[in-house]
Amino acid sequence: MINEASPVSVITLPTAAGADKQIMETRRGATPPRVQQVKWMDSAFEWLTRTCAFLVFGLLAAILVSLILGSTQTLEKYGFSFLWTTDWDPVQENFGALVPIYGTLVTSLIAMLIGVPVSFGIALFLTELSPTWLKRPLGTAIELLAAIPSIIYGMWGLFVFVPLFQTYVQPLMINLLGDVPLLGALFQGPPLGIGMMTAGLILSIMVIPFIAAVMRDVFDLVPPMLKESAYGLGASTWEVVWKVVLPYTKIGVVGGIMLGLGRALGETMAVTFVIGNAHRLAVSLMAPGNSIASALANEFTEAVGDLYFSALIELGLILFLITTIVLGLSKLLLMRLARQEGRQT
Amino acid sequence: METTTAAPRVNMRTAISTDAAEAAPNADAKLAPKLRVRNLNFYYGSFHALKSITLDVPEKRVTAFIGPSGCGKSTLLRTFNRMYSLYPEQRAEGEIMMDGENLVTSKQDVSLIRARIGMVFQKATPFPMSIYDNIAFGVRLFEQLNRGQMEERVEWALKRAALWEEVKDKLGQSGNSLSGGQQQRLCIARSIAIRPEVILLDEPCSALDPISTAKVEELINELKNDYTVVIVTHNMQQAARVSDYTAYMYLGELIEFDATDTIFIKPRFKQTEDYITGRFG
Amino acid sequence: MSGNAISVISPANSVYRARKRTNAVMLAVSSLALAFGLFWLVWIIFTLLYEGGNALVRIGLYTQMTPPPGADGGLANAIAGSLVMVGLGTLLGTPIGILAGTYLAEYGRSGWLASGTRFLNDVLLSAPSIVMGLFVYSVYVAQVGHFSGFAGSIALSLLVIPVVVRTTDDMLKLVPGSLREAAVALGCPTWRMIMSVTYRAARTGILTGILLAVARISGETAPLLFTSLNNQFWSLNMNAPMSNLPVVIFQFAMSPYADWHRLAWGGASLITLAVLALNIVARVIFRKDY
Repeated sequence: MINEASPVSVITLPTAAGADKQIMETRRGATPPRVQQVKWMDSAFEWLTRTCAFLVFGLLAAILVSLILGSTQTLEKYGFSFLWTTDWDPVQENFGALVPIYGTLVTSLIAMLIGVPVSFGIALFLTELSPTWLKRPLGTAIELLAAIPSIIYGMWGLFVFVPLFQTYVQPLMINLLGDVPLLGALFQGPPLGIGMMTAGLILSIMVIPFIAAVMRDVFDLVPPMLKESAYGLGASTWEVVWKVVLPYTKIGVVGGIMLGLGRALGETMAVTFVIGNAHRLAVSLMAPGNSIASALANEFTEAVGDLYFSALIELGLILFLITTIVLGLSKLLLMRLARQEGRQT
Repeated sequence: METTTAAPRVNMRTAISTDAAEAAPNADAKLAPKLRVRNLNFYYGSFHALKSITLDVPEKRVTAFIGPSGCGKSTLLRTFNRMYSLYPEQRAEGEIMMDGENLVTSKQDVSLIRARIGMVFQKATPFPMSIYDNIAFGVRLFEQLNRGQMEERVEWALKRAALWEEVKDKLGQSGNSLSGGQQQRLCIARSIAIRPEVILLDEPCSALDPISTAKVEELINELKNDYTVVIVTHNMQQAARVSDYTAYMYLGELIEFDATDTIFIKPRFKQTEDYITGRFG
Repeated sequence: MSGNAISVISPANSVYRARKRTNAVMLAVSSLALAFGLFWLVWIIFTLLYEGGNALVRIGLYTQMTPPPGADGGLANAIAGSLVMVGLGTLLGTPIGILAGTYLAEYGRSGWLASGTRFLNDVLLSAPSIVMGLFVYSVYVAQVGHFSGFAGSIALSLLVIPVVVRTTDDMLKLVPGSLREAAVALGCPTWRMIMSVTYRAARTGILTGILLAVARISGETAPLLFTSLNNQFWSLNMNAPMSNLPVVIFQFAMSPYADWHRLAWGGASLITLAVLALNIVARVIFRKDY
């Protein structure tokens, strides 16, 4: 007899006579059928939830195992040398991961170099400079922008950014910086519009709302009394943020940056449109290249031959390992921040 | 028993606004006020938190603000160093005169005002840096001292805060590695290091054990030789122990302000007496 | 002590003035950073509306199939395919996610399974979606021998699960213990307490999580590339390659044909509007109750 009107179900014993009988049975040590049923359902429910938790727990391992199994051919054939070989010849069946790995790392690095300072500036503005009426809408705008699918960034990058970049900015970069010793090697070659620099820039724009939101959340955790202590000594806004807020939140900030890095490394669509899909290792950022994700996106469905497939899946495995390590570290750092917060309050 | 909430208020205004500074102190004759507060009103948004506060904070003495929760004593304290300016929905109207200048309307950079009026909070707030850097933080804002001079200053500040002996061998350690009482004394040392004129203490002992509290109270007694001290406390006995003058506040109004002895032995208003004797609050 | 305290703290102090300049500069830089960040994002949105807006208002977009190059057409089959796969993916992933999240919040306060699952779940949350596609390819598509809408749905469900687990866990943890205790004190069995009391108390938050998960998978391209592939024609056969917006956009945008570009912009705008709408709805619902 469940009372549907109230949010809590109340177990009522059937009838007085029946109740007597049930109480009698309990006294004799047997469990009344009603309680048995409840116990069974409790166990079943708990079992159900635990199974689902197991599924989630095991998913990461399952992915890892399947990727390893899928790349056994190239793992056996090349071993570790796969990581530093630049060949990529589907015809001759010679594969090496260096070019995509290099592209993945370089584009992510560019994205971080630009994205992190800009995100920091945005987070600073949101927490210390913004007038109250602007805080909420601006914060929401940043969060909504973080939700925009990456294919949009890729398309915009290809159709809008690349032509402008090619016509105005790249020639400038090549002329100004191409002759600088050491650094100039990064800026050689014809202005193609597409390339690793472009991919890095598009990726940085994509990553900014995400990192800014995380930084803002982390900055908001600083106890107001701590900031007031600094202001109370006569410190300026910049000093309070740079010397007190940032050191206080540095674990969280690093964790947030690594989270952004993890995302940048695995990003497919924002990069595939503009990176150029070239399996050549070039030092210059103006040159086209490849990232692991873009190589997979472009070639997987066209691949023929077991070795080709295995090579691609091994690329996926490498990417998976890199991002899992980065994301795992980021999670550990953010957990440390949470524990520190817990101690402080 | 509801008595005289209406009548004393009227009396209080006439009593205090004209003769407060002169009438109140019995021992010190004409003591120059460091802070003259005149008709100060304070608002949190539309909430009228402080109502026409008028009082004189005497120089180089300890003044205590007491009253039940929500009476506005912390709010009043925080107007002195313009802490409310950090929050756009908080505003003050009226006068807080210090050295001839109205702090409320002053065009001067607020950080300069704040450097002259130090503040210590309910919870110790050491910065995430070494003990040495905590003290040096404020000093570096205004002075360029070489290594030797800075070390001298740090030592001086820590000695004045009665903390030097306990930390002199671990100045490089994080401020967080100290105990609660030590951290609070660190914060006091940090405020002293920049040599302010006024020190504001907002319930500084509320999170401390009795021994640390006693140490801090002893410290306050010494500090008044060089600084004007204003302390907010919900502990009446502490106010009686530590302060020379006491202001009793209730619901945003200043009910009575007088020498501590007078307030605690023979208060002028029944409201004050009720609070002191614990009949409410 | 050396120096007069009062004169040090004055507007003429050179240390102070240098600091004031630094402060002004850095705050200006921070505002510039904001402007810089927003500038690109506003430009992108604007481009999207401009390019896609034209395509969106044409009814043909919604009624005609994806055309071969040079011909006119629409995105009807792609829209339908996306709706079906997103729907099925959500349907598959949500129950698992909610149940796993329930375990974390209700049964697994301590113990290795709970903390381990939480940790790994958060890693999965940000893991590259293309790897999910590879996974489903290896364990399902390769075994079955063909691409299918079903495979696409599975891949999407794998992306839904971490989001729903996380939000369910967080939202259930917010339900005050006193509510649970009140139910149990009345003799309510645990499973019933969770379903009738805790879920009901947290339902807004859980719903928000589901909406956010849907928003997330609506725009995902990479996992569909190797699972559902694409289909030129109208097909709702889950066991065959299924058309979908993201892959169509990818294909059309990378092509050299102007008509296809136009359609790609239209599809991109459609997805973005859907994603933003879902996010906004999720926020509005959430704010009303919390």
